[in-house]
Amino acid sequence: MNAASRVRSKLATRTASLIALIIALLWTTPTFGLLLSSFRPEDEIKSTGWWTFFGTPNLTLENYQEVLFGSSSSSGQLFRFLINSIVITVPSVLFPLAFAALAAYALAWLKFPGRDWIYLGIFALQIVPLQMALVPLLSFFSQGVTVFGVTLLPAWELGEMQPFVQVWFAHTCFALSFAIFLLHNFMAELPGDLIEAARVDGATHGQIIRRIILPLVAPALATFAIFQFLWVWNDLLVGLIFAGGTAESAPMTVRLAQMAGTRGDEWQRLTAGAFVSVIIPLVVFLSMQRYFVRGLLAGGIKG
Amino acid sequence: MSRRPLLVGSIGLALLASACGTSQEQTPQATGGAPAPVSAECQPFAKYGKFEGTKISIYSPIRDKEAELFEQTWKQFSECTGVQVTYEGTGEFEAQIQVRVDGGNPPDLAFFPQPGLLARFAKAGKLKPASPEVTAATDQNWSADWKKYGTVDGTFYAAPLGASVKSFVWYSPKMFAENGWKIPTTWAELMTLTDTIAAKGIKPWCAGIESGDATGWPATDWIEDIILRDVGPEGYDQWVDHTLKFNDPKVVSAVDKVGAILKNDKYVNGGYGPVKSISSTAFQEGGVPITTGKCGLHRQASFYANFWPEGTKVAEDGDVFAFYLPGNDTSSKPVLGAGEFVAAFTDKPEVKAMQLYLTSPDFANARMKLATYVSANKGVDISLAQNPIDKLSMEILRDPATVFRFDGSDLMPAAVGAGTFWKEMTAWINGKSTQEALDAIDKSWPTN
Amino acid sequence: MDLDFDFGAEQPKLVMLLLGVVAFLAVVGLIILVLDRTSRFTATIMLAPALILMTIGLLVPTIRTALLSFMSGDSQRFVGLDNYVWMFTQPEALLTLRNTLIWLVLTPLLVTSIGLVYAVLVDRTRFERLAKALVFLPMAISFVGAGIIWKFVYAYRPEEADQIGLLNQIVVWLGGEPRQWLLEAPYNTFFLILVLVWIQAGFATVVLSAAIKGIPAEIVEAARLDGAGPFSMFFRVTLPSIRNAVIVVGVTQAIGTLKLFDIVRTMTNGNFDTSVIAVDMYNNAFRFGETGKGAALAVFLFVLVMPIVWYQRKVQKAR
Repeated sequence: MNAASRVRSKLATRTASLIALIIALLWTTPTFGLLLSSFRPEDEIKSTGWWTFFGTPNLTLENYQEVLFGSSSSSGQLFRFLINSIVITVPSVLFPLAFAALAAYALAWLKFPGRDWIYLGIFALQIVPLQMALVPLLSFFSQGVTVFGVTLLPAWELGEMQPFVQVWFAHTCFALSFAIFLLHNFMAELPGDLIEAARVDGATHGQIIRRIILPLVAPALATFAIFQFLWVWNDLLVGLIFAGGTAESAPMTVRLAQMAGTRGDEWQRLTAGAFVSVIIPLVVFLSMQRYFVRGLLAGGIKG
Repeated sequence: MSRRPLLVGSIGLALLASACGTSQEQTPQATGGAPAPVSAECQPFAKYGKFEGTKISIYSPIRDKEAELFEQTWKQFSECTGVQVTYEGTGEFEAQIQVRVDGGNPPDLAFFPQPGLLARFAKAGKLKPASPEVTAATDQNWSADWKKYGTVDGTFYAAPLGASVKSFVWYSPKMFAENGWKIPTTWAELMTLTDTIAAKGIKPWCAGIESGDATGWPATDWIEDIILRDVGPEGYDQWVDHTLKFNDPKVVSAVDKVGAILKNDKYVNGGYGPVKSISSTAFQEGGVPITTGKCGLHRQASFYANFWPEGTKVAEDGDVFAFYLPGNDTSSKPVLGAGEFVAAFTDKPEVKAMQLYLTSPDFANARMKLATYVSANKGVDISLAQNPIDKLSMEILRDPATVFRFDGSDLMPAAVGAGTFWKEMTAWINGKSTQEALDAIDKSWPTN
Repeated sequence: MDLDFDFGAEQPKLVMLLLGVVAFLAVVGLIILVLDRTSRFTATIMLAPALILMTIGLLVPTIRTALLSFMSGDSQRFVGLDNYVWMFTQPEALLTLRNTLIWLVLTPLLVTSIGLVYAVLVDRTRFERLAKALVFLPMAISFVGAGIIWKFVYAYRPEEADQIGLLNQIVVWLGGEPRQWLLEAPYNTFFLILVLVWIQAGFATVVLSAAIKGIPAEIVEAARLDGAGPFSMFFRVTLPSIRNAVIVVGVTQAIGTLKLFDIVRTMTNGNFDTSVIAVDMYNNAFRFGETGKGAALAVFLFVLVMPIVWYQRKVQKAR
């Protein structure tokens, strides 16, 4: 490399770092503003910009106090909702992950009639607005399935489990289409000779999945898992409809939405609420980051 | 706070009600023996009956603090009658109630703030008619006007609950006293006052109609108030039914009368800028400039008392107060208001008992003792009002001279009342002509 | 601090969580066991759970929606094509379609390109982890939080008053006049799109960055030895190698954008010429009691996505 090109490449690195820095700043500033706002007193949030904090620093934990401990009759409530969120989220991530991985493998590596059309159909189902699915799914739980007067499936009577099972079921249904699309894209790129060789050696599909596929697509699974985790964690609509709005089963988002007050006049609490609810997804993301850093697309294996 | 111990073994048994937010001891399950002697504090609830081990669910748009106050209010009822109440408040009530009902999972009771929405469920056969007891209690405690809004096609379904008075103009008593301004009692006086304030170099009016997905409603309240005054109560009813069209000259002139204030840069928007700032100012903040002397008047409902910055004294001799938005002359007193209605999706006896209790003055009084609350219930003790504006509201509601009409956008089909009416009035504030806006609303009126 | 929280009362929930996980392990274990024992019906066994669930949760609702689109608002009467006629003749129909197309083009484009550029730039730098976490953060903030954030960015106060919105404050600092960003069509649509781009860029960054990591080191090394500069490296090596991931991100964003309505609904509710099809769909189906019209709009969304499905079919065939 000659001197001129070295200078050029150094300049390019500088420019690159600068652009990256600008994007990072643009993306972080609004969030930082909200974080700062969440520590400011209510009347100041509503009347001055968060940057005025640097001129007249005035911090309070009041918003967090209200969100976490609330007024006397609902003390500690947010923790109950937090636990609900965890109970809702974990199975809602695991089920679609496993079902989609199996389906994506079959669609990518097994040959059967109509395969491509089934995949296209699954792909197209991504567009179904889940609002349109709420009513039929809810009546599936509350009334079962009846075709021409014949009860194929009775109403679900699971007692206390009901809200959680419903919400797991709903999230799983809604996630599958995207999950299969995403995972199929990775599975299809796995080296075919590896799988062929294993088949020739007499391995069953179960064994192939466990020994060959899973380790290779682990990063893809992790990617889907984190997005599904975020989606379920931040979901309000599905939670509201299927888990109800009480501390027995509703997720934290439902509680946060309620805290805005009947006429939305208490929205300053949401500034703190947003950061309370972001902690767990952030920890999950950071702890899963090493999976993303290693090869995600199977493109790496091909070479 | 104690909570009932939950047993792992009881999973699968739908025995447990949610004790969300309540802090009572578990009432013992009915054992089938002789009824327990009624304690003194349960005496007033004896008439509702005993329903040990039952539970009912309530779905409502009222949430957070106000929801907790409700739960506190009926705690005693719950303990004495044995009815466990699961209350659920949501900001998406209008959309969610339909999903829950269509999905076959309706609540036992719902608090409807829109009689129009209530009518939709009644017509679809989803609601249970009110019991004879609830009907009798409603006849006794509410005016015929109020009962009408819970009645669909001649069947009475839902008794009113809370209320709010919308025909109020907020002002600063201090600013008025310093300048020697008087409370106007006719529309002409109000406009003279407007000019006087403007001459003083203060923008006389301020307004905010931004309200997320309900943006525009404060503007429609304005319009309704003026239609009620200019076209008269009967005309107002016809307008709500769409027998009087939006583009009828009478309605057009009423809207223009509002436009003379809201679309006039000389009169608005105190503290926020030009006319257009109205549509981007949150309604919660619409009147706040009154406290800083940048705005003279703000037309908004009684509940606006909750939106003033902390430490603002709401009283006739305080920092802010409200006067009745005057009619065209002093002889008539049309009042625009709103409220919730309690409708039942099931007719279990404990649901009827709860409905009856909510209809009683006992409930309204107990609720008023806790915090700010307005009820049109004739049996309430006005002296229990927590603040002067609640007191004034209830006095207006009870005044025999008052001609009460419900917020029209809550009565119209939702496609108009929560759709084009809000939307077109927002566009109107932003420069669309009155005729164009009203024509568009007429065109959007559902044909079936 | 008085933390009045009874952990014991939460135990049943944790038991439920445990039951859920056990159920999961049982189902998956059973499927794998069956797959190990028999080689018949393999495809059926692997596809069955997903297909059954999607039939219940997505396919049946789709068919129901299609049927409802020919019914009246209360779903009681057959009205033929009335809802479709209404859809194309309502005064704002063209405007709504135009906005939807603007969203459909700009969101995938901006999200993918920003995500790609950022992923490339931070790749193998010392701050990579932190840098990615920062851009990822908006995704993790709930929608409620994002709404408040952008309410603060676009907020307007008159010139003489203190600004509370960041964007206007910057304009004022630069000597300009504050503007009402969400009021002025057609720019307001771009300001709304910006919110979605801000939220979604993290998705693109994470997926594309991982794809970049997957590019075989030999290819990169070979190109470097050939003396490829950063630009030719990007266009000749990086981009072709991660083509698939770029398509995944683009397609996902396009479909997500068509369905998306919360941003528009909560920030303008379609006022000021910002309406999009999904908002109309939601409002008609759930707030106006006009199920038929809402369903017709949903069907139309489905039609709009057909070109993307067709494209996907081509991609698939090319493999």
